[in-house]
Amino acid sequence: MLTQTLNGISSGAIYASVALGLVLIWRATRVVNFAAGGMAMICAFIAFSVINGGGSYWLGFLVALASGLVGGAVVERVIIRPVESKPPLNAVIVTFGLLILLEAIAGMIWGENSRALPSHFSIRGLQVGGTTIALSPFDVFVISSVVVVTILLAVLFRATNVGLRMRAAAFQPEVARLLGVRVGRMLTLGWALASLVGALAGVLVAPKVFLSPNMMDAPLVYGFTAAVIGGLDSPVGAVVGGVALGLVTSYVGGWSTFGPSLEVMGALVLLVGVLMVRPEGLFSGIKPRRV
Amino acid sequence: MTSEDVREQPASRPTERPVRPVAEPGVVGGLLRRAATAASPTPRRPGARRGLLGQPLVRHLVFAIGGLAIIYVITQSVSSFDNFQIAQIGAYVVAVAGLSVLTGLNGQISLGHGAVMGIGAYAAALLMLHTGFPLLVVLLLAPAAAGLAGLVIGLGAARLRGPYLAGATLALAVGLPGVPYRWPGALGGGTGLSITQPTPPSFLGSNFDPQEWIAWICALAAVITLIILANLIRSRFGRSFRTVRDDEIVASLAGIHVARTQVLAFVVSAACAGLGGALLALSTGTVNPLGFPLSLSIALVAAAVVGGLGSLTGAIWGGILVVYLPQWATSVSNDFGFSKAVSSNLAFGFYGLVLIVVMLTFPGGIQGGVRRLWNALRALVARRSSPAAAGLHGNGPGQGAASAALDPAPHEMGEQ
Repeated sequence: MLTQTLNGISSGAIYASVALGLVLIWRATRVVNFAAGGMAMICAFIAFSVINGGGSYWLGFLVALASGLVGGAVVERVIIRPVESKPPLNAVIVTFGLLILLEAIAGMIWGENSRALPSHFSIRGLQVGGTTIALSPFDVFVISSVVVVTILLAVLFRATNVGLRMRAAAFQPEVARLLGVRVGRMLTLGWALASLVGALAGVLVAPKVFLSPNMMDAPLVYGFTAAVIGGLDSPVGAVVGGVALGLVTSYVGGWSTFGPSLEVMGALVLLVGVLMVRPEGLFSGIKPRRV
Repeated sequence: MTSEDVREQPASRPTERPVRPVAEPGVVGGLLRRAATAASPTPRRPGARRGLLGQPLVRHLVFAIGGLAIIYVITQSVSSFDNFQIAQIGAYVVAVAGLSVLTGLNGQISLGHGAVMGIGAYAAALLMLHTGFPLLVVLLLAPAAAGLAGLVIGLGAARLRGPYLAGATLALAVGLPGVPYRWPGALGGGTGLSITQPTPPSFLGSNFDPQEWIAWICALAAVITLIILANLIRSRFGRSFRTVRDDEIVASLAGIHVARTQVLAFVVSAACAGLGGALLALSTGTVNPLGFPLSLSIALVAAAVVGGLGSLTGAIWGGILVVYLPQWATSVSNDFGFSKAVSSNLAFGFYGLVLIVVMLTFPGGIQGGVRRLWNALRALVARRSSPAAAGLHGNGPGQGAASAALDPAPHEMGEQ
């Protein structure tokens, strides 16, 4: 039970960061970024290439985050900007297309074979009083980096001028523009930050699964489910939803009656269940729809 | 085959964000009139749709018989492998048509139709292995099973708009291939299930090619599905699909049950995918989890978008694309000496690129392009014969279909 709880929190932290990336983009542009998985995967591969080329783990880590930041901004400017004013369906199809394109490109460059991304930290369990527990130094690193990023984002949004501008641009674009906020630039910044969080998820998940073009498919589904559980509008909800989902899948996967092969379907059941009971998510206020 | 009939975009739909209708009595009626005009096949001949065998059904049947005749001639003259591919095209056309109706007419999207095809395929295989039902019954029950699965997902996702359904169906696409591994006894695990393919009836002769017989079955099923869908599109249901797509609030003010309509559209679409999966199982003789990966769902979405969302003729283009693109990618790779990593990813790179490029520049897809060319040609001819009539013809139905394929009124109007 303790093992599963610790495992659940660790993988939940990763789902939380995927969910956080989705929520940030949803808040900024009302688009669910299905390409988030592909972008995170590319960043993890970039980290792999840097480390493989002789760079240190930390250099690879930083390069991956930086490429996430730049990649998010480029994607928003080039691909998303034209569909922002269109119906949501167009954006869904475009981001889905980008997911496929990125997976195909990664397959072409790095091949189909799975590779391992080395980790700076051991993935062996820690020793506590002579017994091995299911928490490895790498898990500690995963959890703490997600916590740090969440706190940094919260500070950015709550306590800085840029954060206020970003919130204004997302909340009332017209009014914000009248007040002198460069709305387009803020949206780009939102995508860049969200992709940075996604890149973090990619680098963190890579040592646990193997590096492959479709390695983020399942984490993307979990991240989306976590975001919906928390309400797509709430960053706090995304984090709580991510950890809760990590715990649930860990317990479900631990039961012998369900195998790990059913974990993703478990997420789907949870997703449909939440949508039926509380469609706006557990952490979202009621929002009227107007004509 | 039914290009005349499935054009659903009203000529007058604005391409930019329309003005929000503010509780104005005329607006609802106006939108409904617009929807009705758009749905009516021949606005210049009012009353043509009356009667049991009204114009559209007759015309669909004529097209269907013509199509079947062409398919018959082709299957007679090509190799066994080509017939196998014709069967596959038939299966994919059914699935793509269902997806295209869902997305193009009802504004919902499924990223998991490949998995729904898998449900239909497994249902068909289980029925054929464990019951003695005739093929026709199997081909009716398999889509029913897929439709039931669609009902469950649609019920959850119709509570909220597009992205939720997309995410839920994405989860289905990623998660469903894992299910057979969990029950290897019943579902065959990773190796899947083998079924005995239908054999040609004896009156066709003893050395009749079985692949040709299967190609006939799949083609006939595809044509029947297209007729049913084409008539559904023209019916009251089709009109409510479109009205819900264009403006949910207007639709509910007009007495349409929005959620029920969305679930119905999803169930119809899932049933089509299930039939496609069952046909695919017939043509290959096996079902296994690897046959219905996420990439199949991707291929279906790409096929529907490339063919032209909401267009049944476009679905035929899409089905052909799904079957021939991988082969084309392999041959191109061989010609240019690409490595295996590149050649195996070329088709999907193409799908991804095409999804982005088509949505950004050419939302009408192939069928939209064909239609636009046709309209331009007609306008040209009309201008030649009588300059005064040119403007009139330019406003004919179907104009703007290419530019406005996915530009209905925004769904989430009141969102902050």
